[in-house]
Amino acid sequence: MVFPKTPMAQLPTGRDRIEELRMVGITKRFPGVLANDRVDFDVRAGEIHALLGENGAGKSTLMRQLCGLYKPDADEIHLNGALRHFNSPADSIHAGIGMIHQHFMLVPALTVAENVALGLSSSRGPLLDLDRVSKRIDELGKRYSLKVQPDAQVWQLSVGEQQRVEILKALYRGAALLALDEPTAVLTPQEVGELFKVLRQMAADGHALIFISHKLHEIIDVSQRVTVMRDGRVVSTHPTAGSTRAQLASEMVGRPVILEYEKKPYAPPVVGEAPRLEVDDLWVRGDRGRDALRGVSLEVHAGEILGIAGVSGNGQRELAEALTGLRPVAKGHVRVNGRDLTHASPLQRIAAGQSAIPEERMKDGVVKDFSVAENLILQDHGHAPFSRGGFMDPTAITRESAALVKGFNVKTPTLDTPTKNLSGGNIQKLILARELSRKPAVLICAQPSRGVDIGATEYIHQRLLEQRERGMATLLISEDLDELLALSDRIGVMYEGRLMAVMDRAEATLARLGLLMAGVSS
Amino acid sequence: MNELFTLPVLLGVLYSGVRLATPYLYAALGEMFAQRSGVVNLGVDGIMLMGAFTAFFIVTNTGSLALGMLGAMLIGLLMGLLMSFVSVNLRAVQGISGIGLYLFGLGLSSLLFKRLLGSTKAIDGFQAIPIPFLSDLPYVGDVFFKHNALVYVAFALVPVAAFVLNRTTLGLKIRAAGMKPEAADSLGVSVAGVRYFCVCLGGVMAGVAGASLSIGLINLFQENMTSGLGFIAVALVYFGGWTPVGVMVGALLFSMVNAFQLWVQVKDILPSSYRDFVVMLPYVLTIVALVFGRRARQPTALSKPFSRGEN
Repeated sequence: MVFPKTPMAQLPTGRDRIEELRMVGITKRFPGVLANDRVDFDVRAGEIHALLGENGAGKSTLMRQLCGLYKPDADEIHLNGALRHFNSPADSIHAGIGMIHQHFMLVPALTVAENVALGLSSSRGPLLDLDRVSKRIDELGKRYSLKVQPDAQVWQLSVGEQQRVEILKALYRGAALLALDEPTAVLTPQEVGELFKVLRQMAADGHALIFISHKLHEIIDVSQRVTVMRDGRVVSTHPTAGSTRAQLASEMVGRPVILEYEKKPYAPPVVGEAPRLEVDDLWVRGDRGRDALRGVSLEVHAGEILGIAGVSGNGQRELAEALTGLRPVAKGHVRVNGRDLTHASPLQRIAAGQSAIPEERMKDGVVKDFSVAENLILQDHGHAPFSRGGFMDPTAITRESAALVKGFNVKTPTLDTPTKNLSGGNIQKLILARELSRKPAVLICAQPSRGVDIGATEYIHQRLLEQRERGMATLLISEDLDELLALSDRIGVMYEGRLMAVMDRAEATLARLGLLMAGVSS
Repeated sequence: MNELFTLPVLLGVLYSGVRLATPYLYAALGEMFAQRSGVVNLGVDGIMLMGAFTAFFIVTNTGSLALGMLGAMLIGLLMGLLMSFVSVNLRAVQGISGIGLYLFGLGLSSLLFKRLLGSTKAIDGFQAIPIPFLSDLPYVGDVFFKHNALVYVAFALVPVAAFVLNRTTLGLKIRAAGMKPEAADSLGVSVAGVRYFCVCLGGVMAGVAGASLSIGLINLFQENMTSGLGFIAVALVYFGGWTPVGVMVGALLFSMVNAFQLWVQVKDILPSSYRDFVVMLPYVLTIVALVFGRRARQPTALSKPFSRGEN
């Protein structure tokens, strides 16, 4: 396929450009929340416009109105100067808007071509024309350096490849404007680099791009303009050039933010001192019955944070579950403080001095319909001072939980408030209060800051470092490399159920971690 | 005991097996479409009873088999619409609302039967049409090619269903709606529309399944004449791994077992103490099928109501 030098108004895909999209005074109210409050936003052909804000700032809500998933309460969307209404995704697709959702909108059991063809009319009437679709996918893939196999089933693809399918899906439909919601959240640093190359080329070709993120260095790297949102409102819109991370962060949070922590230097473990947590050749089966962990061995010493990096789905979740007693161990050993806990129940592990911050905090961390106080004593309700002879002692429960709420800065209207009404950050602080107040020797900590606002993240990180100084051994599993680099003393990388390498923090660079995350070991 | 394994008995069981697979096939193929789009309709048996009664009533009064069949399809469509409305618009728990639909069909068909007919008289149903040449083949001809039109159509629908599901744009939408409705919706596919279509199609097929009993195979109507056949059809969808061919294999297996137990009863071959066990066979097989059904192929959004923007 030959792509001619296009006149200004057309894209290489042959579709018209969207010279300008303007959203004016967008307002969207959900029960109890004003998710978008008179938001103005615009994007032009050829530019990458970043949309920055914390979780819950209203970025995704704004984009969901652009792609027809939500109907705004008050709206004015102008496309190339004309007023438009998007009542359904079909309207928005028809207008040339493509959305790459954070959670991919792909059907895993279908092939790439089937996913692309879904919902489109076929050149053969009611019959599918997957051969022609595949050919066109190949052409587009070549043009935009988005290589994929059209006949591969989507579940077989890596996350990065799935994202390419999402972009191709939008391009195939003639998207002139592409909105990408947190596209880098699941990618390795190298994949992020490749994605940025693709985005830059698309912008150069005349696409209009909206890049949604809360990662400051990426925004500075890739965007020309940035709009910062906070609490449903636009705080500012300005060119990205000249902005610093600190400046963007304080705009996003509304106050100065600490980006680097003061941390006591890492003291390598004393020779001969037994590690607090020892994992030896651990094998664990995943949900599909295949081996999710294939011989993982590690040690965490007192006063040390061992970070575990890796692209989602490489065994991190299974590792955390196996170490907290939620998933049976097929082979290998786990020792805490020298005691064998390989097949121990969660309760036995708690008794042995181990605490856990689970990845899915709404599912495994709290009972969401329980009150704040009830969740705070969830593990200790069975003994004094909270209960005696099977009877709960409400006075003691109130006293202790009030102290924890205060001590850990959990913002809640009352102790009896259902936990699900709290923000993600405050729920995480609640879990932290419950888990750390026991002064554990070992902490299994998975994705502590996922979906948590910057303020709470900062607080959680400080508390983890505080416990490190106290002598707690922490296994920190995270997909956020910035978090790992900020907190860890040593960092290991997981790939396909194996621990690829463990290195000192000083040796860990983004590039090195990225290669290991992609399975390149040399 | 030895009388059971003679050639005429074997041929008889095979012939009845193919014949009796008909209602299973219609009902289970229809239910398969509903489930592939993400809706479990447990009311199949109730729709079958209403279809059976409607067809029988019309044929009794008019003598027209075509009108009877049309009536059964129409009543199936209406009950399919009801099920769609409840599960798509009202987002009801599908297992419960399906049972409700079943009880509704069971009760209404009995009531109408008592009110409108009172007693039953056999009618002339669909007549066997031997296929020229093929029906002359030894054994095979007797087993496969001496059936009525409803039997032939049921088997012909198997490849048609597979083709629609795998080779058409509609089939792609159905598969996507049942596996990841939010993805289909984000591409402008009407998930509600697809589900309505499939559940109504399932309703029409269940209506035909019922009619195939009352005006095709038995040519009578009795209260609760399906005796749970519709539920077995639902189980067959699981057993068949949500594929038309799998459903057909299951339907044949069940109907063969059924034919076998009927022969045993009618011919009075086994001592009565064994007979009860033989009668249980199809139901035992249902449970076995559900235990060993290939869950891995289950549509991932099965029985989950969909609404935009909730994920």
